[in-house]
Amino acid sequence: MRIPILERLATGDVLVADGATGTMLQAAGLPTGMPGEAWILQQPEEIMKLHRAYLEAGSQLILTSTFGGTRSRLCKAGLDGQVQEINRRAAELARQAAAEPSAGSRRGDVYVGGDIGPTGELMPPLGKLTYEDAVEVFAEQAHALAEGGVDCIYIETMSDLNEARAAVEGAQQACDLPVFCTFSFDTHGRTSMGVSPAQAAQTMAAMGVNAIGANCGHAPEEVLEFLPIMREAAPGIPLIAKPNAGIPRMVKRLVVYDAGPDRMAELAMRYVELGARIVGACCGSSPDHIAAIAVAIQE
Amino acid sequence: MPSERLFEEMAQAVIDGLPDIARDLAGEALRLGIDPLAAIDQGLKPGMDVVGEGFAKGELFIPDLMMSGEAMKTAIATLEPELMKRKQERKVLGKVVIGTVRGDIHEIGKTLVATMLAANGFEVHDLGVDVSPQQFLDKVRQVSANVVGLSALLTTTLLNQESVILTLKEAGLRDQVKVIVGGVPASPEWAEEIGADGYAENATEAVQVVKQLVGAA
Repeated sequence: MRIPILERLATGDVLVADGATGTMLQAAGLPTGMPGEAWILQQPEEIMKLHRAYLEAGSQLILTSTFGGTRSRLCKAGLDGQVQEINRRAAELARQAAAEPSAGSRRGDVYVGGDIGPTGELMPPLGKLTYEDAVEVFAEQAHALAEGGVDCIYIETMSDLNEARAAVEGAQQACDLPVFCTFSFDTHGRTSMGVSPAQAAQTMAAMGVNAIGANCGHAPEEVLEFLPIMREAAPGIPLIAKPNAGIPRMVKRLVVYDAGPDRMAELAMRYVELGARIVGACCGSSPDHIAAIAVAIQE
Repeated sequence: MPSERLFEEMAQAVIDGLPDIARDLAGEALRLGIDPLAAIDQGLKPGMDVVGEGFAKGELFIPDLMMSGEAMKTAIATLEPELMKRKQERKVLGKVVIGTVRGDIHEIGKTLVATMLAANGFEVHDLGVDVSPQQFLDKVRQVSANVVGLSALLTTTLLNQESVILTLKEAGLRDQVKVIVGGVPASPEWAEEIGADGYAENATEAVQVVKQLVGAA
């Protein structure tokens, strides 16, 4: 029986999260323009393969392949008739992968986070997605993820504070699981919508979010500045660092993210020193990055 | 009130992102018989310039830019009937077809560029997201565009920016347009690699680059 994730975090243990999903699935043949969520039903074995790759690399918290799994996003791919099925199944797949004997239990229990990303819609006055509708959309996704057996709801890559609030509220309405929330501070140290790390942390703390942090964003070095700010604004709440593997650069006509496994491992140790209790990577990362991070953190 | 004062207030309404106030001030300008083109060029536009600069500096963010764009749009709509009556036209600096490329549904950055270009005097045709090369081509032909803006936010859909350029070449329209690319994975090197004419990192820079490309800078 797994120690509940919050208890595990309370011991002071640092959990290694996973890395990028979209680009890895595309490398495995996911056609451009097709969302990864389509493969949950069509090619579940590829989803499992990716989970296993991260587990093998040392991930202790893997995220379901449901970043674009809200009704709003799935609608754009014509999959809105299967919102619940996709999310529940994605959770089951991750749960299954995490339960396999080889799933890195050298380092204790392995957890599954129900990944929730932005709807892609703007809220008033800039757009049409009302707060109430947003809460409903997120609650629907969270409910299905919970049904599928995730250990926590993992909201990430948030830019809009109201959307993040709606996601947290929806998750808290839909289930009793811990709720984590991270933001993408990619614009001069704030999110693209102008939210600062302090504002994000304060707002999330006030809502009773169980772990907060920064993911995606711009350069991974910037997270070194964000963590202390968030720690001060929300003392006592476990911090999460899941930045991009560098900045995208052109290398021989390919776009490559420029922080290698060693660099990410080095930064991971510094994130932990600054209070991060969950560390992973985002855009541009692979199991190699996670493996290096895992080794560095476990020492 | 003297027109300078009114122009300052109009600029401020744009800076503050207040569409209702901008509309009311535009109405006031009409009532005072002020030249609507002057109201746009000396009132609204300077406000938008301030906002554009603030955005580029990281002092203002997407919500600010969008509300300011809305304020300017609302005010211009109020002035439009008078512009038509006087047979005046705001000088069109260029005709832009803009969109996010096929396979990519990210739209906010692209919409911001469209907003800023429109505010700066371009005629903008926003095709939205997941736009195929053929759709870009058809629109360029339809409106006789001289600028094409391509947005992509995924490293994988970035390649589709090149597809659009190739499609324009094949149709013999490449020389008719200036192509500008943008999006997180894009870069000046990428623009050069695929034969685009320009690259911009944000909406404010996009306006400068497009103006330069059409010779309106």
